[in-house]
This record gives sequence, C-alpha cells and structure tokens, in this order.
Amino acid sequence: MASTDIAESTSTPGTPGTTTDDLAALEAGLDTIEIRRTPIRETFLKKVLPPFLAITLVLAVWQTLVSTDTTDETKLPAPSAVWDSLTQLWLQGTLFEIIWTSVSRGLLGFLLALAIGTPLGLLVARVKAVRAALGPILSGLQSLPSVAWVPPAVLWFGLNDTMMFTVILLGAVPSIANGLVSGVDQVPPLFLRAGRTLGATGIKGVWHIVMPAALPGYLAGLKQGWAFSWRSLMAAEIIASSPDLGLGLGQLLENGRNNIDLPGVFLAILLILIVGIAIDLLIFSPLERHVLHSRGLVVRN
Amino acid sequence: MATNFAKAARGINAAGLAAGLEHVSKSFVSPAGQQLVLDDISLDVAPGEFVTILGASGCGKSTLLNLVAGLDQPTTGSINTPGGRPALMFQEHALFPWLTAGKNIELALRLRGVPKSERHTEAKRLLELVRLGGAHGKRVHELSGGMRQRVAMARALAQDSDLLLMDEPFAAVDAITRDVLHGELTRIWEETNLSVLFVTHNVREAVRLAQRVVLLSSRPGRIAKEWTVDIPQPRRIEDSAVAELSLEITEHLRREIRRHGQH
Ligand SMILES: Nc1ncnc2c1ncn2[C@@H]1O[C@H](COP(=O)(O)OP(=O)(O)O)[C@@H](O)[C@H]1O
Ligand SMILES: [Mg+2]
Repeated sequence: MASTDIAESTSTPGTPGTTTDDLAALEAGLDTIEIRRTPIRETFLKKVLPPFLAITLVLAVWQTLVSTDTTDETKLPAPSAVWDSLTQLWLQGTLFEIIWTSVSRGLLGFLLALAIGTPLGLLVARVKAVRAALGPILSGLQSLPSVAWVPPAVLWFGLNDTMMFTVILLGAVPSIANGLVSGVDQVPPLFLRAGRTLGATGIKGVWHIVMPAALPGYLAGLKQGWAFSWRSLMAAEIIASSPDLGLGLGQLLENGRNNIDLPGVFLAILLILIVGIAIDLLIFSPLERHVLHSRGLVVRN
Repeated sequence: MATNFAKAARGINAAGLAAGLEHVSKSFVSPAGQQLVLDDISLDVAPGEFVTILGASGCGKSTLLNLVAGLDQPTTGSINTPGGRPALMFQEHALFPWLTAGKNIELALRLRGVPKSERHTEAKRLLELVRLGGAHGKRVHELSGGMRQRVAMARALAQDSDLLLMDEPFAAVDAITRDVLHGELTRIWEETNLSVLFVTHNVREAVRLAQRVVLLSSRPGRIAKEWTVDIPQPRRIEDSAVAELSLEITEHLRREIRRHGQH
C-alpha cells in the first residue's frame, strides 16, 4: 500500500506547467539555429592544391634554369637526368627495396621512440621532482642536432641497426616527451577537477582525462618526433654507410656522391623529401585533423 | 509533503544528513599574506532538501562547494557527506570535448562501476530525463549552451550520488533557457531523492528553486541569515511571492555588500 502511494506521489508533483513547455519549445527553436557544420571537401582542397602548385612551379623553374644554360650540367642536372636515374633504379628492381629499408627502419625507430617518450613525458609532466630533474635536459636535447649522436653511437655499437635506432631514439624521444608535457600542461584545470568529482583519480585520471585532453599537444609532438626520426636516420645512414647495413636512402645519397653521380644525388634527396612528407600527409596530418575537428577546434593553416 | 515522504521511503539516510558542515573555515596563503575566505560555517543539508547558498561574487561560494566536493580541504572544521562523494556541476559545463554527449555520461557511469552492457541504455535514460533524447551521438561543440548544461546535469546525475552540488550552473545561459532549466531541475529533484546544494549570486534564482536560502556575507564568508521558502512548487521566477521574498533578501544582501565596502 505504501508502495503505491510512493509511485503516485513521485509521478504527480513537479510536472511543469504548460508555460514551461512553451518555453522549452522556444528554446529548442533557438538551439537549432546554433548548430552548423563545415564542409570537409573544401578544407581538403585547400590543403592539397597549394603544395601541388608549388611543386609544379619548382619543376618549371628548374627546367628553365637547365634549358637556358644558366648553370652547367655538373652543378644542376636536368630533371630528365634525375628521371632517368629513377627509371634505372626501377628497372633494377631495387627502388622499393631501398625505400622500404629506410622507411621500415624509420617507422620502427619512431615506434620505439613513442614507447619510451610517452611514459617519460607523462612522468615529467605529472611528477614534480622528475620535471625539475629532466625537464631542462629534455628541452636542451631537442635543440641538439641528432647528427651529433652518430659518432658516439658508432663507437658504442659499431655499424649496425642498433646504432641507427640509438640515433633515432636520441633524436625523437625528446620531441615526443616534450610534446606530451606541453599537451598535459595545457589541459584546462576544470577538466581535471571534473574528472576527480567523477572518480577519475590516479591511473584512471591519466587514462580517461589527462591523456585524451592532452592529445592535441601529444599529436603535435608525434609529428615533430617523426620528423626528427627521419632526419636522424638519414644522418646515420649517410655518415655510417657500410655494405652490412643494407642499402637505404641515406646510403643511396652517399653512393651518389662517391660516384660523382649528380642526378643520383638529386634523386636520393627528392626521395628522402617525398617519403618524409608522404608519411606526414598519410598518417599524422589526417590524425591531427580528425582530433581537432571532432573537438570543434579549428585546423590551423 | 507527499514528495518528502517518497524521498524518505526511498532515501538512504532518512534519519541522518546529506551533508554536515561543522565550524568550517578556509584560508588561502598568498604572497600578500593569509586570506580568510570562509569563517566558521556550520550548515546541515537534510536528505532530499534543496538549499541555495546566496552571496556576492568573490564571497567564497565556489570555495565552499569545492570543500564539500572534497576537491580541497578545510583549514579548520569538518565536513561530512555520509552518502559518499557528491556530484558537482560547474558554472562552465565542464563536458569533455573528446567525447560525445552520450559518452560523457557513459564515462561517469563507467567510473561509478556500471557494467558495460547497461551503460548505453542508462545514458539514454538520463538524456531523456533532461529532455535531450536525441543528443547521444552529438559532439559537445555541436550543442548550444543550454543543451550543454543539460548534458552536464545528466552527467552529474549519472554519478547516482545522494547529494548534487551546483556552482552557479545557469549563470552563463540566457534568461529563457535558464527558466526552462529551473523547471527541469525542480522536476528532477522532485522525482528523485536527491539533496541539492545550489550556489548562486542571483537572489530570484535562489528563491525560485530552494526550500531554504542561506545568505553568505563577504570577506570573510560567514552565514549572515537564513530563510525558509514555503512557496509551493511549481514556482515561476515572476511569481509575486518569489518577487516579494527576493526583495527582502536583496535588502539584506545589499547591507552585507555595503558593510563590506566600508572596511
Ligand atoms: N586557490 C586559491 N588561492 C588563493 N585564493 C583563492 C583561491 N580560490 C579562491 N580564492 C579567493 O577566495 C575568494 C573567494 O573565491 P570564490 O570561492 O571563487 O568566490 P565565489 O565563488 O563566491 O565568487 C576570492 O577572493 C578568491 O580570490
Ligand atoms: Mg564562483
């Protein structure tokens, strides 16, 4: 009997008057006006078209310089000569092997750097003592050119893949860790407090609140980390070329120099550039765009 | 009242308290010296009770709610919330922009320990409770200010806490939306056994919502006076009874501000 009373008493009171419902309808009308979307295709065109035009322009200027004999062939090879080098590599069947040797090294090194840089960045960001001890060192390391690590790495490990990965790690880990630190530093305190009231403390707080909130800064760090990985790897491959190491893009460049093969040198440089950009465009830019877009943040540039 | 009986029957601490503050003081240490923000606050919130704390900006209302929420510790005195960790709703919606509206609520459910299979249905139910049934998959930035506050309310309710703390949650929304949200809050409060501690600097809002209005003085924040509001719900903010009591309370609030200004 008491239970029926309760059921009745909870359902009857508090039903808002008709005026409130009218207001609700009016408010719903106001809400629909505020919602809008931006077309994705437009941003895509804005991002793809300009670099394409820039490349065409560079090629045109290059060809003009060569055909007007402004420089001589030993200083600047014709685009066609570079193209010939490319088809030669293609016909030898080694083109993709060379690219893959470097790309697989670079990506593996990057993943290692990610696995080390992420917990390191979290520790520096969240533990005061660690930040005081390692923060300045990490920032300093970021501005040290990673080529500097090649000689010691060769002395430590000899000419092998371990040496390559060491150079990549020393170049990329500080970028990734620093990116995460600045990402965490920019997390609005409101989110942390909201997380705590919901019960997200300790590891749960890091997993559910800190990491997702820091994701934009972290991604920027990853992007830079990839650039550093790639640069470090090329430095290592150029300086420490050895037949045991397998032919990568860096060695291709160094071989071109040794054979005084200028088109080959140009081809190697172009391939290094293209791979670096391609990985960024295929992996990091879409990731960054997706994250920013889903949060209603404007994509820069 | 019938509602109170319903709450008592379902309620957890019918004989006890939703929140008990005893001689709570809070000081902040700054380079300029020690600043006493809250001075000897003693306040009880009964189960199912709706209390508003009213005070001028900067008088320590947010500080007080943070203490009750356990986000900060009082300098002296003690705070008791027998029902466990209270839910807290902020002035800014504080929804997580990397999650959809529905996922924000599901995260609260997950952190509360609700099994995965039940979260989606429960989130839908909570969204319908705040009349946003269709917003489950919406991103936070796709919602209007009023909708965000409603999702925030649903997320706070997802904690299934006995005590809901609200820190000027409607201060940033327009008057029409605020009116609607007042109605929904009152309805939800009456349908559940929730105790609410609601902080505001808006006198009419305080009277519109509360069973009891507590006026806080400024620098330091002390309890200056209390009113019991026995105007029956549903009330409207324009009701003459609401306006009348608001006028009386505003007089006292003015006096508090003036008294503080003379220091
Ligand atoms: N963390 C803090 N450190 C130092 N002073 C603070 C801190 N939080 C609040 N205060 C001070 O306490 C006073 C009350 O602040 P607050 O509780 O936010 O007021 P209200 O919410 O009533 O507007 C203000 O003078 C503010 O400067
Ligand atoms: Mg405040």
